[in-house]
Amino acid sequence: MININKIYQWSRTNLFSNWYNSLLSLIIVFAFIKFIPPLLNWLFFDATFRGSSKAECYGDGACWIFIKVWFQKLIYGLYPENQVWRINLAFLILIFSVITSIFVKPTIRRYIIIFLIFVFPFLAIWLIGGFAIDIESLEIYIPILEEVDTRVWGGLSLTFIIAIFAMLFCFPIGIILALGRRSELPAIKYSSIVFIEFWRGVPLITVLFMASVMFPLFLPGDTNVDKLMRCVIGITLFEAAYMAEVVRGGLQALPRGQYDAAKSLGMGYWQMNALIILPQALKIVIPGIANTFIALFKDTPLILVVGLLEFLGMIKLAGANPDWLGFAVEGYVFAATVYWIFCFSMSRYSQRLEIRFSTERK
Amino acid sequence: MSDKIIELKSVNKWFGDFQVLKDVNLEVGLKQKIVVCGPSGSGKSTLIRCINRLEEHQQGQIFVDGIELTQATKDIEKIRAEVGMVFQQFNLFPHLSVVDNCALAPIWVKKMSKKEAEELALQQLETVHISDQARKFPGQLSGGQQQRAAIARALCMKPKIMLFDEPTSALDPEMIKEVLDVMVELAKGGMTMIVVTHEMGFAKEVADQMIFMDEGMIVEKASTKEFFANPKNERTKLFLSQIL
Repeated sequence: MININKIYQWSRTNLFSNWYNSLLSLIIVFAFIKFIPPLLNWLFFDATFRGSSKAECYGDGACWIFIKVWFQKLIYGLYPENQVWRINLAFLILIFSVITSIFVKPTIRRYIIIFLIFVFPFLAIWLIGGFAIDIESLEIYIPILEEVDTRVWGGLSLTFIIAIFAMLFCFPIGIILALGRRSELPAIKYSSIVFIEFWRGVPLITVLFMASVMFPLFLPGDTNVDKLMRCVIGITLFEAAYMAEVVRGGLQALPRGQYDAAKSLGMGYWQMNALIILPQALKIVIPGIANTFIALFKDTPLILVVGLLEFLGMIKLAGANPDWLGFAVEGYVFAATVYWIFCFSMSRYSQRLEIRFSTERK
Repeated sequence: MSDKIIELKSVNKWFGDFQVLKDVNLEVGLKQKIVVCGPSGSGKSTLIRCINRLEEHQQGQIFVDGIELTQATKDIEKIRAEVGMVFQQFNLFPHLSVVDNCALAPIWVKKMSKKEAEELALQQLETVHISDQARKFPGQLSGGQQQRAAIARALCMKPKIMLFDEPTSALDPEMIKEVLDVMVELAKGGMTMIVVTHEMGFAKEVADQMIFMDEGMIVEKASTKEFFANPKNERTKLFLSQIL
């Protein structure tokens, strides 16, 4: 009885305190009753999970067989099936090192972070792209891992490859640009401003078109830079300009006294920035950095316009398959869920960082 | 004077059109303690900020430990490392613990080992009586403790000269004494000091020489006894009558 009384009291104060709050509460309750059950029915209760062909889908619910059948392609794109272990291995190394870094001592964690930033990306590309020992002068050619052209890379794994590389490089470039924009040397200052304003002023889709169509025209005939790489460079520079402005916001939030104190202790420009200014400025702009990273992650599907099919691109391709017409909704719901999970994780992680780095009044 | 460590020769400085320092001449001998006072906006802070080149002067010459500060001075960091500075707003690094605040510059500027620097930091924190606060962050300390930590941080660089820019002006009255006590101890230990302050009690106790500034000029320069007993300039008399 006490409980019911409590609920009654709580709803009196929070839901039905006056006539318009009561009205709003009732409308919301009505909306829940009206929309949630059909949604759940479509997603789960009337949905088909078992089976392997379109014909097995019955009823009014979602046909998750579509996702099941195409799952391999949604994750790996058109990557040769017998080589998929290479992608798995690369991501297993990533997950393994991230998880161990949580549990080991800070001294060892430092090495893992250095590995993740400076070694792992190139190791992963090597692993996924394949390589060979090729010494032309000795006519030695030993294919160690079969070469897989980037045109067949795709799916969620490609989303991650693009996102990880772009994040990894846009962050330091953004910091350098932010410092450059505040430099006292006019040459550095104005070239930073021109760079930032140029890349911020151009839509990403244009950047990608330029990277894929225009850029090769400026290169000498025999040089061939991979299309995926050109796109990743384009996205990196584009996001670096945004990152620069986010970081600059943090730099401007610091009182001048911090600069004075660092200088008065005899620190030079780089020491002052690396030890005093950036640690504080970056801490202030963690939400902005997370924002930029999340936006970057969600911008990756745009590489569709140059014919590269990452996760969303593969879903579109699957939905356009003549055997599977009419399942676009399932595809998009699945895509939305996957994107949401990763973006939300990034958001939560950034909040954890904010708490971890806070030293004010612990 | 052979043991002259700072020398300013007709220094002029402008902020835009506004002249903040007008023909300032000053000599500071080794182990001398100078107190600079004067109304706000008289250029006291700018004067001492010029000595470690946090501000650039436009005319005249400034010598610190025999080296002239000019645009071309490449090793300005080396000179700054020899000149400790304490600020009105403490300017501790909020993202580092107190002991790390003190050990940071010795490690990176003087290339001291981490262990050695931490020992030095704890030792200096002991001399300002807050070694028990070493592991806390600046935000957890009172104003007086923060300012003492800032003094310890400057001392860790083993400076030849200490500059104090109104070190007690941002403090609550009951905390002023603990900071001044530390500064008196430092003065008695033989440190060369230039202190911008309005704490005349402190000035009488430690200063060898008093400087009164107004409108960017050094109006009166006299030994401490002379300055308080028999000020010559009308503006000095007025100022002293107001604050004493």
